[in-house]
Amino acid sequence: MSGLIDFIGAVVIIAVVKTIIVFGALLLLTLLVIWFERKVIADMQSRVGPNRWGPFGLLQALADGMKLFFKEDFRPANADRWGFAVAPVAAVVPAFLAIAVVPVGDHITIGDRRVDFILSDINVGVLYFLAMGSLGVYGVILAGWASGSKYPLLGAVRSTAQVISYEIALGLSLVPIALVAGSLSLGDIVATQGGNVGEVTFFDGIPLLEQVQGIFSFVPNWYIWSQWPAFVIFFIAGIAETNRAPFDLPEAETELIAGYHTEYSGIRFAMFFLGEYIHVMVISAMAVTLFFGGWQGPAPDFLAWLWPLLWFLAKSTVFVYLFVWLRATLPRLRYDRLMWLGWKRLIPAALLWIMITATVNTEGVSRPVRLAVFGVLIVVILLWVGRGDPRLTDLVARERTSHGSA
Amino acid sequence: MTVEYIVFGVMFVVALGSSLAMLFAKNAVHAALFLVATQIALAIAFLLQGAFFVAAIQIILYAGAIMVLFLFVIMLLGVDRQEALVEPLPGQRPLAIGLGALLATEILWIAFRGLDLVAAGGGGGEALTGLNRDPGNVKALAGSLFGKYTFPFEATSVLLVVAIVGVMMLARRINALSSGDRVAETDAAREDLVAGRRGAA
Amino acid sequence: MTLGAYLPILFLVILSTAFAVLSIVAASKLSPRNWTAAKRTAYESGIVPEHDIERERFPVKFYLVAMLFIIFDIETVFLYPWAVAFEDLKLFGLIEMLAFIAILLAAYVYVWRRGGLEWAE
Repeated sequence: MSGLIDFIGAVVIIAVVKTIIVFGALLLLTLLVIWFERKVIADMQSRVGPNRWGPFGLLQALADGMKLFFKEDFRPANADRWGFAVAPVAAVVPAFLAIAVVPVGDHITIGDRRVDFILSDINVGVLYFLAMGSLGVYGVILAGWASGSKYPLLGAVRSTAQVISYEIALGLSLVPIALVAGSLSLGDIVATQGGNVGEVTFFDGIPLLEQVQGIFSFVPNWYIWSQWPAFVIFFIAGIAETNRAPFDLPEAETELIAGYHTEYSGIRFAMFFLGEYIHVMVISAMAVTLFFGGWQGPAPDFLAWLWPLLWFLAKSTVFVYLFVWLRATLPRLRYDRLMWLGWKRLIPAALLWIMITATVNTEGVSRPVRLAVFGVLIVVILLWVGRGDPRLTDLVARERTSHGSA
Repeated sequence: MTVEYIVFGVMFVVALGSSLAMLFAKNAVHAALFLVATQIALAIAFLLQGAFFVAAIQIILYAGAIMVLFLFVIMLLGVDRQEALVEPLPGQRPLAIGLGALLATEILWIAFRGLDLVAAGGGGGEALTGLNRDPGNVKALAGSLFGKYTFPFEATSVLLVVAIVGVMMLARRINALSSGDRVAETDAAREDLVAGRRGAA
Repeated sequence: MTLGAYLPILFLVILSTAFAVLSIVAASKLSPRNWTAAKRTAYESGIVPEHDIERERFPVKFYLVAMLFIIFDIETVFLYPWAVAFEDLKLFGLIEMLAFIAILLAAYVYVWRRGGLEWAE
């Protein structure tokens, strides 16, 4: 009996310690990501960026956070008191929760106990991630409604319609991964991406491709190679889920002041801000875990537990950088264009890709079929990309003729 | 095991409490949010039963999708913060009580039948434990959904198609009404504008 | 015990909620509080708000999107167990799901053709 209590006690203690470490790391990383974003954007716009607080301005985000903490935090007179108070909490908690199923490293053995570098390797991890994404909507919708003001309400309704539209594409884009991995546990999904691709025979008999297929055997066995269309859909939908540029219509300052958090000030505003940045990190971490082999990478025996962690952080940083780069580069989408992309492009593309992945992975489907699917896919994508939006091409043609006549 | 019982107790209180709060909330949005809380508590109850997949679905579909629709409709209609006390359907209350009693009987009947089944399965449902073992009941569920219940599954797609068509018809009707208004408004505006120009001339 | 895996999630719920609530409460005690009537009016670019938000109406399009979202979400949810068990279901599973997706794609095309996905006026 005492053995059982001991066992439960150790499990609980490990869980508590892991939770506190992950939570603290997320807060710290948020500060770093905010600094990183400001520095990178400054660099892209030929500015210096934050340089006052700490070395290289590293403490700028902390200073901003402290400022917001001590700022007056008021509520509009006709706001809904209860909803206004709950909204920031509802925005930040699901963002934190989503990281729980992401494996951030391998494992470490303390005494005779194996401790995995993941909070909860649950067997429905992918669905859990989607569920937290769908709960994230409430912070926005509640903030917009409870503020008792027009801009927040418009921003919230826009944002919700955007997020739910892209949530379908996000959910559909991960189905092929579940199919090839045969599991919804993120730990399993990372494990199936171990090692190298090995000998490739797919292009046997095709000139040119046959000669170069040998180089693939040294490539790590990541899902990105076979599942890149799923990745493209996942990442676009992921950016839309975080409400960031170029999908930052809910807080389009030129039309909606600040969207759903217009009426928020001080620490409550900081909560929405925090939620957004954690969301960015979660999407980056999910991209790494699902498509880029997670924490796996070459590592020496020395400090074996540390390297996977560093690999994971390094890979995730690349995607955080991508988020920042997109923000610095792309203008905001118009609302109808946003809906067009989500409903008329991403959803059919995701469905098509599920059907293709399933067909190709069915036992007994012969190689000519696979090659034919591969060829047709390339042609379809080329045609699709080449075609663009007919209304846009119409517009361009009209522009041209009007310029020609004038 | 004790942690499970504590969590179950808390979730039971939360589910029941937020359902009651939903019933007595004066504000439509508050009521919807209490319903969200109930859905989440139910998801955790499913989790405690070892139904991980159903728990995730409960949150994605009920808390994440259907409740968003509820909130949208409330916002869309611009419902006043005070609940309207006019009942459009005559005989709504007795009907609700009757149907509610029917539902309660059904649930109790299923619960007792389930207890019998578990008892017949032997040893507090060891058959279920086998199904629920990792890699999870997702595969077991898929096995019966796509094997034994193929026809109901395909019928679901038809049901969804009917729902889509229904939504389109409804939306078209409402759209026709509101765009009719808009045409009238712009016509009036144009007349005003023309009249104004004439006046100026 | 597979439920044990959910324990850290429970702790994370408690920790993150406590963090959010406590920092908001602490900030409200530590920050200045000088609420004036002008400060507390809804922000409308400096103009006095004309009417309450309760009179706002939204295009029916948003309702349509939410309905379509539920329907496609249900479809997604069906796809997950199918994908996980795909190896066991084999060719029969493939044909079954292709039929399911095809029926829903037909409805999708219907919505598209009827202009249900159009947002530009």
